[in-house]
Amino acid sequence: MILTVKIMKSKKLKILLGKPGLDGHDVGVKVLAHALIDNGFEVIYTGLRKTIEEIVQKAKDNKVDVIGLSILSGTHLVLCQQMNEAMKKAGLTIPWIVGGNIPDNDVEAIIAAGAAAAFPTGTTIEAVINYCDELAEKK
Amino acid sequence: MGTPDTTKSVNQNEVKNLMSNSTKKDLPKVILESGIEVNPLYTQDDIERTGSVADIGKPGEYPFTRGIHPLMYRKRPFTMRQYAGFGTPTETHERFLYLISQGQTGLNVAFDLPTQTGLDSDDPRAEGEVGRVGMSVDTLADFEEVFKGINLDDITVSLTINGSAIVLVAMYLAMAQEYAFDLSNLRGTAQNDILKEFIGRGTWIFPVEPSVKLVIDIIEYCAKEVPKYSPVSVCGYHIRESGANPVQEMAYAFCIAKAYTDETLKRGLTIDEFASRLSFNFDIHGNLFEQIAKFRGARRLWAKIIKEQYRASDESSCWLRMIAGGGGGGLTKEQPENNIIRSAYYALISALSGTQTMALCSYDEAYTIPTEKAAEISLRTMQILIHEMGICDTVDPLGGSYYVETLSNQMENAIVKEMEEVDAKGGIVKAIAFGEIQKAISRQAYLREKAIQDGAVPKVGVNIHRTEETARTVEFHPYNEDNAKKQVEKLRKVKRTRNSAQVEEALARIKKDAETNLNLMPAVIEAVKAYATVGEISQTLKDVYGEYQEPIYF
Repeated sequence: MILTVKIMKSKKLKILLGKPGLDGHDVGVKVLAHALIDNGFEVIYTGLRKTIEEIVQKAKDNKVDVIGLSILSGTHLVLCQQMNEAMKKAGLTIPWIVGGNIPDNDVEAIIAAGAAAAFPTGTTIEAVINYCDELAEKK
Repeated sequence: MGTPDTTKSVNQNEVKNLMSNSTKKDLPKVILESGIEVNPLYTQDDIERTGSVADIGKPGEYPFTRGIHPLMYRKRPFTMRQYAGFGTPTETHERFLYLISQGQTGLNVAFDLPTQTGLDSDDPRAEGEVGRVGMSVDTLADFEEVFKGINLDDITVSLTINGSAIVLVAMYLAMAQEYAFDLSNLRGTAQNDILKEFIGRGTWIFPVEPSVKLVIDIIEYCAKEVPKYSPVSVCGYHIRESGANPVQEMAYAFCIAKAYTDETLKRGLTIDEFASRLSFNFDIHGNLFEQIAKFRGARRLWAKIIKEQYRASDESSCWLRMIAGGGGGGLTKEQPENNIIRSAYYALISALSGTQTMALCSYDEAYTIPTEKAAEISLRTMQILIHEMGICDTVDPLGGSYYVETLSNQMENAIVKEMEEVDAKGGIVKAIAFGEIQKAISRQAYLREKAIQDGAVPKVGVNIHRTEETARTVEFHPYNEDNAKKQVEKLRKVKRTRNSAQVEEALARIKKDAETNLNLMPAVIEAVKAYATVGEISQTLKDVYGEYQEPIYF
């Protein structure tokens, strides 16, 4: 008889994935959610049509470790400015990252707005998982 | 169809013998996205074992496998209808005129996200979005401007609008009347397919039930008042883009079309009073033959559904009228010029599949909305196909192909099976409301994306034949913030100069009609004629219906 002991592996990090603004494209953020869960992360997804304030509040309420914003309508610079202000107002210092339809040229501006990382169009799943793994190790 | 030449017939067993054992064993399997396995060779036998040769039939004759019209492009090529719109109505009008001058034969209007989600340009939630992904529309004044001088009888207009469709269709009809077009002859299309918005695309506003009610209001109203208008374009496109395979794309689209049909019949219309005006919007990317077979098998299936299940008397009720050619999911950011080639293949697929209308994604789609140059290339792709490639010379040129007919049969059978599975679970509306569709296809999207990124599914320029590109300068279509300001100023001006009492009265009528479950089109038309805004009318409806609370499914 073989006795199998299952070790409950604790989740690496808790990530909130949010869709701010009016953009309704959620294929990418859901693909990422699946990938993160498959790689040992806990994922909370806000759904569409959330304000930056709602996303930040949800992050606070759920005590998440990192926030990911998915933006495909081209409004990323506007929303990142809002995110910067909202994080300060809420007193949250956890890292927030941005992905979606982001041109390479805008990565710098997004970081300048306070994002910990920006993942432009063409970013692989692997790249995001590796980044989150690194965050998990630092924790 | 004539009797096959039996003196020279080759059946599958002989085929197997003809190939040496060693080559057969070494061959890797080819399995299509739909799950169908592809043989190295097809013969007459394969058509006969998968379906009925009689079902191939003739174009323009039930069950329409070979095309809905007898002469198809030999009589008139497919309509070229590139999606376009941005900024203010002035900018969009200019782009329309440019496209028409370059030979575009139909218009398809893109609206910005505030317009699509029922918000005015001065709403705080519209910040940064006004005129960005499409044209901003606040009042009838915007439609008066964008369509000024365009002959709506010569060049039909498609409105890509869903959540706020009732407002925009009302504006379109009000504008057409104002410009003295006869509504009894007016053609055009409204996408007006809310059920797919809950699966993918996401421009819903109200909860599911009232949203469907509004779709049917438009269908019912148009059947009576604008009988040549297509009040709905059921979209498989977005369902496929969200992760569905080609079989699921068609199956779910047909289930949705049937749901709208069933609801419309409940209003007392007969099938022949509206079915011929239903239209569809499908996706194209991936395996060329799988896509062609998808359309041919589906066209035959739709005809059978309308004739056998709904007992239509008019043949035109059975026609699968469609737009196809776009396939954003197949395009890449890497080596964007490759997207021109991909779109050319998708155009070929679309033409070989017998589409009525074609529109292509432009090569810069991974970056932004199309530049003028990119839109021009898309038009030229279609024009070269029409004028240089002989695509219009004969109907359904692949008809009778052993492979294409076999695969068309197999796709039809697979779509039927998938539809039955949806019905067994309680129907498409329930499946959407409980997230069954969303969960299934989002996991598929993940596995497919992973397969591409792992290299299991080849993608030229991405996982094979990559070139390490130095920072390239792709010319982007720029967003003009001044246009947003102009639009807000214009909105404020309209609000100052309109008859406020008339607007109040009209909005009150919409509220009352919504509360008493009447068809809302007359009340909304009255409101838009008084220059009520998209936001005001949408808010009035939100007050009655509430807003959709998206359940989280992935």
